[in-house]
Amino acid sequence: MTDVVSVLDPHTSHTKREDSILLREVSLRTPGESHVDMCIQCGTCGGSCPSGSAMDHTPRAIFAMLRAGMRDDVLNSNTPWMCVSCYFCTVRCPQNIHITDVMYTLKNMSLEARKPTMPVASPPPTAWGLKNSSIDPKKYNPTAADFSKTFIWMVENFGRSFEIGLAGVHNVRHFITRLPNMTPMAIGMLTKKGMSPLPPKRIKGMDQLGKILQRAKELESS
Amino acid sequence: MSDYIFYPGCSMESSAKAYYESVMAVCKPLGIGLKEIEDWNCCGATEYLSLDITPAYALIARNLALAEEQANGNKTIIAPCSACYLNLAKADHYMHDDKAFGNKINEALAAGGMHYTPGKLAVRHLLDVIINEVGLDKVKENVVKPLAGLRIAPYLGCMLPRPDYGKRYSDTEHPDELDRLLSALGAEVIDFPLKTHCCGGHMTQIGPDTAFEMIHRLISSADALNTDVIVTVCPMCQMNLDAFQGQMNNHFKTNFKIPVLFFTQLMGIAFGEKAESLGFGSEFVSAAEAISRVRVQAPKPAEDAPVAKKKTPGLPMPPLRTKTDHTQEAGR
Ligand code: SF4
Ligand code: SF4
Repeated sequence: MTDVVSVLDPHTSHTKREDSILLREVSLRTPGESHVDMCIQCGTCGGSCPSGSAMDHTPRAIFAMLRAGMRDDVLNSNTPWMCVSCYFCTVRCPQNIHITDVMYTLKNMSLEARKPTMPVASPPPTAWGLKNSSIDPKKYNPTAADFSKTFIWMVENFGRSFEIGLAGVHNVRHFITRLPNMTPMAIGMLTKKGMSPLPPKRIKGMDQLGKILQRAKELESS
Repeated sequence: MSDYIFYPGCSMESSAKAYYESVMAVCKPLGIGLKEIEDWNCCGATEYLSLDITPAYALIARNLALAEEQANGNKTIIAPCSACYLNLAKADHYMHDDKAFGNKINEALAAGGMHYTPGKLAVRHLLDVIINEVGLDKVKENVVKPLAGLRIAPYLGCMLPRPDYGKRYSDTEHPDELDRLLSALGAEVIDFPLKTHCCGGHMTQIGPDTAFEMIHRLISSADALNTDVIVTVCPMCQMNLDAFQGQMNNHFKTNFKIPVLFFTQLMGIAFGEKAESLGFGSEFVSAAEAISRVRVQAPKPAEDAPVAKKKTPGLPMPPLRTKTDHTQEAGR
């Protein structure tokens, strides 16, 4: 990985150091060489983004904010949570910045900033306390994060995901008003697609998978 | 050739059974043997990466480790779901590209007594294997019922052509692989301008209005091009465009009814397989009428179950929003 600091002013002022720390953290947490420090602010990413209209900052703005060390603003932004991983920005970026992967990293960081300890595979929603008071728990998309958590709760308990349970739990929690609209669809899943409303069978290696994930979590925070 | 390693993914067991059945039905005549990875686990879709990067990659890599262990001659994994395909390819790519990262993931795997050698396996989607390994000549040999007169919009979605770590597709935004396959089946292939645009992904669950917007773009564009059938290569794309088409219609006060099928279902029809054995009838928007154009009788989906009657006293529900904003609809 590139040493991000080295591309910045050698006479590093305090602010510049703060900036480079944020850029460097994002770079270190993103697998491979993400080139996160190479943005030329061309705006191609924002112009390519299908969820741009739902984002409070364009991807381009996020890269400017990262460089400016605006940690809290970045982690409060809904931008990463609105990303649908379409990779348009990634293939179009003239600087080969792995934008989609950076969005994943920012989601990780935004959740981490909101919790003192990560509960292991607890069924969401989880009331997470705050570590940093300037991180506003309401200012990110809890629906998106909760969907991820519900999904992972299933994977960590069964080794497989299953869509009916996932959609059911999630919609009861977040879109209760949509349920009447959803009902024909849920019934369709059972009658048309012949889906089972029961959870999947646990994989045989559940113990093994548990140990792997546990170790991975330790490595992540080390 | 020995069997390919097969990673079906969770949807193939539930919402995308039609895909599973039709994949099996077309691989046989094409000589593609599939051996399912024993005790595979979920790939985490796009959700685990959002929460926790290292465990997310470890989760994916357990499948790669199992596949490496169970591989027998053939070192190619076939994943028919675009999200699974990309996750497996991504994990292999970054573990190989970034040695420190690869070691970290292997350290996690070691806690379960496993190991994966980055770069050892090739991760490929079924479409790519059919086009680039099996070849279109072999496909044509198997066509007994050309899909003449069926206007098809080939739809690939995002994760197959992008970021394309293996450089297997002709373009990241407008690749022609699926078009060529459908032409080989004798279909009338539409040059679908939105073929690699997003289906909405998980937004149907977390921001339905955004998702409806994306689904609407695709469906209305296909409709303007007189599409009989949209063909997909991914369970999530199929689900979003088919199962959510009704809700999208409600949202925009439109009445589109374009069937959305898996490419393997239409291959099966062209290969002379019975529609019943290809999962027809499990779609929300019936494909029976479209398929009748090639003189094939396909089962219709079960009738919509009646929505619970309003008058019966049930759980107290918050009032429904009755007005939808149509202003966006103008000028589309
Ligand atoms: S496309 Fe790349 S270089 Fe251009 S603004 Fe976006 S991230 Fe920066
Ligand atoms: S990958 Fe995410 S940020 Fe990039 S264009 Fe797609 S939705 Fe926007």
